Amino acid sequence: MIVRLAIASLFARALTVGMTVLAIALSVALFLGVEKVRTGAKASFADTISGTDLIVGARSGAVQLLLYSVFRIGNATNNVTWESYLDIAARSDVDWIVPISLGDSHRQFRVMGTTEAFFEHYKYRQGRSLAVTDGAIMSDLFDTVIGADVAATLGYQVGDPIIVAHGIASFTEHKDQPFRVSGILEKTGTPVDRTVIVSMEAIEAIHVDWQSGAQVPGQSTPVDVIREMDLTPKAVTAALVGVESPLQTFSLQRAINEYDEEPLLAILPGVALQELWGIVGIAETALLAVSVMVVVTALIGMMATIFSSLNERRREMAIFRAMGARPLTILGMLIFEAMVMAAVGALLGLGFLYVGLIIAQPILDSAFGLWLPIGAPTLREVYVMIGVVAAGVIVSFVPALRAYKMSVSDGMMVKS
Amino acid sequence: MDTVLEISEVAFRWPGRSAFSLTVPNFAVSKGETVLLLGESGSGKSTLLSLICGTILPDQGKVDISGVDITTLNGGARDRFRGEQIGVIFQQFNLLPFGSVADNILLPLRFAPARRKRAGHMEHGAETLCTALGLPDGVTRSKASMLSVGQQQRVAVARALIGQPPLIIADEPTSALDANSQSAFLDLLFKQTTTHNTSLLMVSHDPRLGERFDRVIRLEDIAQIERSAA
Repeated sequence: MIVRLAIASLFARALTVGMTVLAIALSVALFLGVEKVRTGAKASFADTISGTDLIVGARSGAVQLLLYSVFRIGNATNNVTWESYLDIAARSDVDWIVPISLGDSHRQFRVMGTTEAFFEHYKYRQGRSLAVTDGAIMSDLFDTVIGADVAATLGYQVGDPIIVAHGIASFTEHKDQPFRVSGILEKTGTPVDRTVIVSMEAIEAIHVDWQSGAQVPGQSTPVDVIREMDLTPKAVTAALVGVESPLQTFSLQRAINEYDEEPLLAILPGVALQELWGIVGIAETALLAVSVMVVVTALIGMMATIFSSLNERRREMAIFRAMGARPLTILGMLIFEAMVMAAVGALLGLGFLYVGLIIAQPILDSAFGLWLPIGAPTLREVYVMIGVVAAGVIVSFVPALRAYKMSVSDGMMVKS
Repeated sequence: MDTVLEISEVAFRWPGRSAFSLTVPNFAVSKGETVLLLGESGSGKSTLLSLICGTILPDQGKVDISGVDITTLNGGARDRFRGEQIGVIFQQFNLLPFGSVADNILLPLRFAPARRKRAGHMEHGAETLCTALGLPDGVTRSKASMLSVGQQQRVAVARALIGQPPLIIADEPTSALDANSQSAFLDLLFKQTTTHNTSLLMVSHDPRLGERFDRVIRLEDIAQIERSAA
């Protein structure tokens, strides 16, 4: 009966109680949403590259190698010679190897030279392969395959000509050798979306008339002559390696790191990703802290609502007291009220989260390549909701204790 | 004759406030007796009622209700004892507006198990009382806030009477009513207290009500009140 009356009392204050519950619901939805995005981003991040056992590059740092070879951030300090590349490729424990050559750009996008094997072996999001939505993988020397973001940002279509610039953010362009867009890749949510992919030979071809990073003045080899030339690369920036058996990963890594001819570095992508996430993760923690603060704010809002209701409810409390209720009963009723508000808020928040997810899931996937799975609430989310209710109960002790004191001093006589 | 209420040698001083003290050498109400206690507002009536109901404790003296000195009970037991022994009717705003009439009438039984047992079938008891008090049929299911002030006061009487507590304390229950309703209200109240042989202690500032009561007492006749400007 007391429970029913307490709930009836909440309904009687439907507007303020509703607002409070809404605030809690929104804060819980935000908190759970941030959690979802956070874990989703972490998973997407870890899914940037999969299926590759080792990344090989010139000796630098693991994170740096990962950044320039996978994320196209920063530059390689040095290249790996073609001889070393062939040495590694020839090893019996190497199943496959894909060379990567970086250093040129098109507008704001990096140009990456590679082989057709890249499309076969580069995997993301637990083993998904790259796919061409429009056109085909390059077949000609001056063909290029562009990522989804490149096509969307620059409005390119299959067949469009593009000119590659030397270096990054450079004004010197490889004007003499225009490329043709042969295919556009499906959106992946990985840095591939922002990459212009050409063949290894094409990278050599556009640098035929260049020496030491500058075009030789007046020299311009005609395209048909270039086509006849030997375009075997002299160096690669990095290489993706797959091993015959996972057991050989570490021995191969050690062998490459101890390679005598040239200082090389082989990294495990998963480990380096973890390391990198450790750095990026600070932002994640900050985001989480902010959403915790929002929940705390909503709960303090609830506390304020209960506080402001106390004066108008003095009469109600006096009636309860006159009927034989102990001040402790009054305290319990107010805490129960807060618990109901927090619990309804938390559940409503969960509802908001699902509605939000259903709406945002396809948008986030196509716009940011961020895949947020929709499933039953995780144990962690359940804990979060229980935590919110518990925090609500704790917070409500402040006004409830005040009500307790008021009902002790007022007794059944309210001095109005 | 049994005494339902007996106050002896009670002295009370509000802690911390400007010196206000109340002493009651002796005051008793017998079983079935109706007593009108006259006093102006601010004369210490509320303090005396709080002492009788046990929401405040005297500094010294005894407050016996049905033979139990409530000053010896601890807080929780005193609250329960009040629920068991006393029906309270306020001046106004007696009811929880969000509850139904039945909720309001049955509320004291929630805190008083013995009284609940005496009440028997609770919903039926509430309906019987409502009918006896001239409230319309089916009123128990209405929301309390839908009732007129006069009806609300009658519901408060039903609530005070349910489970037949030996003592009813009414604090100016008619002051919110007009003259005609006052008279009708008192008729109903007296009829019920007589039927149930319940003692009634009513506090009012209006001496015209006196003729209906067994006894009329002025507050200053039973209590010494000291008020010194601090």
